[in-house]
Amino acid sequence: MTADERPGAGLGKDLVGLEGLTGEQIVAILDTAEPFKEISERRIKKVPVLRGKTIVNLFFEPSTRTRISFEFAEKRLSADTVNISASGSSVQKGETLVDTARNLEAMRIDMVVMRHGSAGAARFLAERIPSNVINAGDGQHEHPTQALLDLLTLRDRFGRLEGLKVCIVGDIVHSRVARSNIWGLLAVGAEVAVCGPKTLIPLGIEELGVEVFGRVEEAIAWCDALYVLRLQLERMQAGFIPSLREYNRVFGVSSERLAAADEDLVVLHPGPMNRGVEIDSDVADGPRSVILPQVTNGVAIRMAVLYLLAGGRPEMAEAAKRGEG
Amino acid sequence: MPGSTGPDELIMDREAVEEKLRDLAGLIVDRTDELGDLLVVGIRRRGVELAERLAGHLERTGVGPVDTGSLDITLYRDDFEQVGPRPVIGPTEIPGEITGRRVVLVDDVLYTGRTVRAALDELADFGRPSRIELCVLVDRGGRELPIQPDYVGRRLEVPPGRHVAVDVPSLDGDLAVRLVDVKGAG
Repeated sequence: MTADERPGAGLGKDLVGLEGLTGEQIVAILDTAEPFKEISERRIKKVPVLRGKTIVNLFFEPSTRTRISFEFAEKRLSADTVNISASGSSVQKGETLVDTARNLEAMRIDMVVMRHGSAGAARFLAERIPSNVINAGDGQHEHPTQALLDLLTLRDRFGRLEGLKVCIVGDIVHSRVARSNIWGLLAVGAEVAVCGPKTLIPLGIEELGVEVFGRVEEAIAWCDALYVLRLQLERMQAGFIPSLREYNRVFGVSSERLAAADEDLVVLHPGPMNRGVEIDSDVADGPRSVILPQVTNGVAIRMAVLYLLAGGRPEMAEAAKRGEG
Repeated sequence: MPGSTGPDELIMDREAVEEKLRDLAGLIVDRTDELGDLLVVGIRRRGVELAERLAGHLERTGVGPVDTGSLDITLYRDDFEQVGPRPVIGPTEIPGEITGRRVVLVDDVLYTGRTVRAALDELADFGRPSRIELCVLVDRGGRELPIQPDYVGRRLEVPPGRHVAVDVPSLDGDLAVRLVDVKGAG
């Protein structure tokens, strides 16, 4: 049985991360996202498939793009949505999460989209409530829908993922976006490299089959797609890099550095950008940039994930096996 | 398994289907005095190719070019709660504006009427056609909703345990209508 024949692409109840998903499952999600792109181009941008489902967007960390993208996806599928922004600073996080989850369950919700500052929070929640849980970023662990939208954007641009050379540049060690992308890219058969200051490259990352470049020029010469990560300003304060100016001078992606690159090379960024730090404006706004297509694809990917998970419950899987309705 | 089973039974071969489609095109042309804004929309999957063939026959009657479109009604189904998601959803392609146009909706087999209900809801999200008509190659009865076709190629009594299979060249390699066992019809 292929992933296509299984309900929900065989994803089960939750999407916690891309680690452990097969290339086939990931491709099934991307394929499901394709028809959802068109819905956002309609005059009435709405289909009724999740009518009556209640989805809670539970954001313990600030987020603009991801939360709005999920909210658009939910509304375009006709789900009812509630946004909860919570600060995890005043209470112990574990207790808060269990309590919050119990309260939400008591209000009969169907799905939770959660961003949380602690790695593992999404799995913790998923194991404790019957609702579907989608990880919208948990600490430095994973951000699976971001990686899926990146894969979709790459597939749109190149027509394939297998054998594609992708280099992630920047703060790899603290990045959930990098982690999810590495798992996802490897699963679909892409070649993955990372590039950045030694202090921001995880030790032993080569063991995953990931190449490491010390110089961004080498990375540019090697790759088909350059994935530029946001450099979080706290990293400088914590002493991982000497200064933002120094970082830009050595690792900043500029049009000068890209001048000699293959003309098909594309640049991705998960946003929000620090223009003039990790990426220069003329690159971000230039012809190689697929940053805005990434944002557009984010809505389609999240629609696909919500759609696939909404039915991914055991009793539904059984019903689906019985055949046509 | 209850009901009658048996070998596949050919109901209409390629020639018979084409002839029916030609007849249906004639009926559609006869029904109206304003054809200029005709849009023929097939329901995925097999209705799409039938719609294209029907449009070809319409054009051969001399009405001028006929626009076609396709609808995938997966996201408008009423059995999502029962069967869950289907990962493979085809594209929906409606060319341009549909408000004010005459839409002929095409499907291979009309049975419960639930697919047509979903297609009507989806069309309404694209605009307000001046009229929507329903054209089906086979009407096998068994309606569960108050939906009736305007143009029918053939009415069929289908014994329990049997299923109407419509073959189209792009998906099945041939153009035909067959009666087959439900189990094999998937």
